[in-house]
This record gives sequence, C-alpha cells and structure tokens, in this order.
Amino acid sequence: MLWAVATITFFAVRLIPGDPAEAVLGGPGSMASAEALAAVRREYGLDQPLFVQYLDHLVRLATGDLGRSYALSIDVGPLVLSQLGGTLLIATLALGVAWLLALALATWSTRGGKIAWYLGSGLEIVAAALPHFWFATALIVVFSIWLGIFPPISTSGAAGLVLPVVTLAVPLAGFLGQIMRESLLLALESPFVLSARARGESEAGVRWIHAVRHAALPAISLSGWAFGSLISGAVVVETIFARPGLGRTLLNAVTSRDVPVVIGVVMIVAVVYILMTLLTDLGSRLADPRLAVRS
Amino acid sequence: MSGDIRLPATDAAPAEARNRAHRPGRVTITEVTAGAATLFFVLAAVVPHWVAPGNPLGIDPLSAFQQPSFAHGFGTDESGRDIYTRVVHGTGSSLLIGAAATSIGLGLGLVLGTLAGMFGPVVDFTVNRVLEVLFAFPGLLLALLFILVFGPGVITATIAVGLSTAPGYARIIRAQLITVRRSAYVEAATVQGLSRAQILLRHILPNTLAPLFVLATLGVGQAIVWAATLSYLGLGAEPPAAEWGAMLSAGRTYITSAWWMSFFPGLFIVLTAVTATVLGRSLDRRLRHA
Repeated sequence: MLWAVATITFFAVRLIPGDPAEAVLGGPGSMASAEALAAVRREYGLDQPLFVQYLDHLVRLATGDLGRSYALSIDVGPLVLSQLGGTLLIATLALGVAWLLALALATWSTRGGKIAWYLGSGLEIVAAALPHFWFATALIVVFSIWLGIFPPISTSGAAGLVLPVVTLAVPLAGFLGQIMRESLLLALESPFVLSARARGESEAGVRWIHAVRHAALPAISLSGWAFGSLISGAVVVETIFARPGLGRTLLNAVTSRDVPVVIGVVMIVAVVYILMTLLTDLGSRLADPRLAVRS
Repeated sequence: MSGDIRLPATDAAPAEARNRAHRPGRVTITEVTAGAATLFFVLAAVVPHWVAPGNPLGIDPLSAFQQPSFAHGFGTDESGRDIYTRVVHGTGSSLLIGAAATSIGLGLGLVLGTLAGMFGPVVDFTVNRVLEVLFAFPGLLLALLFILVFGPGVITATIAVGLSTAPGYARIIRAQLITVRRSAYVEAATVQGLSRAQILLRHILPNTLAPLFVLATLGVGQAIVWAATLSYLGLGAEPPAAEWGAMLSAGRTYITSAWWMSFFPGLFIVLTAVTATVLGRSLDRRLRHA
C-alpha cells in the first residue's frame, strides 16, 4: 500500500516540466550557472538513471529518510513530523466535536416531532454544504472582529483552537448527522427495539443502549474517510488562521514546487490514513460484534 | 477498507412525515424552492445580463467599499465594482467548473466501476487495489498533487477536482452494478435465455444509470465547493475573474473593513451546493418510488 503510494508520487513528480535542479536554485528565472546546476544534480542524485533514482527513493523511504527540501534546505522528515502534531490535534478534536454534534442533531431531530425533523435535516444539509474557507471567514468576522472573543490568528493557547476546530467540525457534523439519522431511524423501527420496549425499558434506555449503537455503525466506518476530508480541510484552515501544520506546509510546498516536501507530506498522510482505517475497522467490530463472527 | 463515500441519507422521514410530505409524485415546498433557485442559477449562468444588467468589470473608484444599500444590494469592492453583478456573472464559470469536474469524476468512475463490477474477479481485484491506493490520497491531496505536476489554473483545478472525486464514484458504481447483477430480475432474464449483451443493455445499465443521475446532481454542489477552495488558495481561477472562489480570495485582504466582499460570493456557493443536494435527494426519492 505504502509502496504503491510512494511509486505513484515518485513518477507523478517526474512528469513536472522543467529541471528539478533549477527548482532548487530558485526556478528558471535564477540564471543558474552550469557548474551550480551540476553540483545540485550531484547533491540530490539527479544525475543517476531514473530507475536507480527510483530504487534509491524507495530505499531511503524505507529507512525513514524523506530527503531534503528544495526551498528550505532542511531535512523533510523532521520538518513534516514537527508539523504533524498540530494538524492531528485539530483534526482529532474536530472529529470528536463533529461526532457529538451529529449525535445530538440526529437524536433531537428524530424525537422532537415534525418541526425538529425539518429543522434538523435542513441544518445538516446547510452544514454539509459550508465551504471551510467561507465558514472560517464568517467566524473570524463575527467572533474576532465584531465580538473580539477569539483571536483571528490561531495562537498556541486553547482559545486559538476554538475557531479552527469549529470550522472543521461543523461541515463534517452535517455529513455524519445525515448518515446517523438514517440509521437511527432504521434501528428504531427494528424488532429488537420493539422487544426492548415490550420488556418495559424506558425511552432513554431504548435509545442510548440499543439504538445508538446501530446508528453509530455507518458513521464509524465513515470516520476514515472523514479524517481524510479533515486533512484537506486543514490545508484551508491552517492557511486562514495562520496555524503551523501539515496542511499549510503542503500548500506552501505546492505553490513553491518543493517536491520532496510534497512527497513527505503525502507519505505521512497516507500512513495516518491507513492507521485511521485500521482503527475504524476495530471500532466497527467493537460496536458490532457480528462483524467479528462473520469474518 | 471501509472509508468509502456513500450517498447521504435519503428517504428516511418518520412514518407520519413520510406519509404526508414524502408521498411520491407530490411536490413539496422544499422542491419548489430548490426548483426556483435552480432556475435563477441557470438564468444567471446563461443570460447574466438579464439578471444583473451592470458590467462585472466596470471600475468606479468613487464608490469603492460601499456597504450593501439600495443602489448596491451586495455592496461594492475595492475598485467600486458592484458585488451583486460580479456574483451573478460568476455563476456561469463556477457552475461550468462544477459540472465539468463532476463529468470527469463520474466518467472515470464509470469506467473503473464497470471494469470492476462486470469483468470478473481478477479485474475486480486489480481495480479495487488501485482504488484503495487512490483513497490513501484523501480529498484535496490528489488534487494538490495533480496541480503540483501540471501547474495551477482553472483547467488543471477542474481536472484535479474531477480526478479526486473519481475513486468515490467508482466505488458506488461498482457496488450498484454488483447489486443489480445479482437481482431477481436479472436472474429471470437469464433464465428466459436473453443474451449477455441484452441483459447488460436492457436491465443492468438502466438500473445503474438512474442512481448515477442522483450522484451527479449531489456531486456538482461538492465539486463547486472544492473548485472554489482551490481558487481561494490561489491555485485555480485568479482575480479579477468573477469566479466565486477568486472573489472570496480577493475579499480576504479587506475582511476587517468590508465583510460583504467575502460574504456574498460564499453565500452563493453555499446556496448552489444546498440546491444541488435538495434536488439530488428529491430525484433519488422519485426514482426509487417510480
């Protein structure tokens, strides 16, 4: 899996028009001398045949060496790892908040009668359609500029985390809520809920012990995908709130065509994504023991 | 791997609400509103001068940074251009980008999904591995990689968005094909002695394509949001083009003093996405009940 990701990124970036050695020296406009170009090629191994470069690339990846940044002249591995924490922090917090919001919306809109139903489903559709960059801007205008509660530029403290996390969580909650509500309804109409009611269990008991577990299942299996979308969201959110993190590093690397950094970020995200998928599989099994029996 | 994209919730209202408002054939208020909104967006895209007669690029420095008023419903920007006119004139390119990206994504998804769903276990296995790898480049990541290789711009951004939505579509199409292929009516057709081609054309494809229509409608909204995101990040359409994402990006500089420069283009993005979702769902419901 990781090998495939490494191979695709390696050959994709070879398609980039122009000389990578020139990119190191500041792009085609830098008028670099032939000797300087040759020196750079030697330093980055660009004078080797493509196949040798590819093998070299794989070997270095396997040993955890992600190469050196073209633009910043520092090692990519430590750079990417130092940025990972910030992104994981907001992504995890946002996933948690989104789950709580979605669960609250789904339960409220399925028990509060028709008005709650329409309001709930309407809110979910609008939330799911919110572009991160616009929502973030709106939050900054209201909470930072008009009300002055939270800082517009994300500081390291907890107050600086609120707006970025809310920006990421609300659209995701819209998606998760839609899915959770549908499965919650299916669960509430199923025979095991009827039998629980017949045993005389309270409404809260029926919902929180029996139905919610079923409602959570599809949403749990979606969490891997959700995490991926949070990483894309982090690109936007970290840029707007000027937070250090993987997303901003990636965007800067793409704009300055800093190939090793892009590859590094892509590899790290792939690793995180694969881990997340394993976690969601485990989570699904915990919530639904039938899965473990079947396989 | 289980991180796939699904169709959002569809027809799952509580029993009473379902019986009243969700009776197939009966047009709801939501649908009428969504239809009116669609009409507005289509008019704005095709004949923007009817909806907003002004010039979207007409500079008037004397009336720069005006708040929303009767003269300028959505206010004016840093060069005195009318925001409402610009937003309306941006509809065409934003919708076109969304539609083009969705077609690219669906087209690729259809090819991959059909390969996986129809051509036996070996092809299915291969395509599934390819899809799994593509899923490890979540969301914007694939799009950013594509832009890194082919450079920023409207066309690359559109293709990039299409490309990154393709794996999701492929998965749904494959699942749909497999369900349809195993259904009772296909079995019945096989028993009746219809040829493979006849079954494929008459039974399998129509039953797979109808849900595709729904997916496409839902997808356009998301594609518009993504394309606007790329423009906002400076990797798609660029100012002074009246594209929504680019307008928002331009408004970012003046966010402390002129909130309306960012607010209204974004509002239009949200409105198109919501309209697309509502339309997609109502299509889905009608197709299911038909």
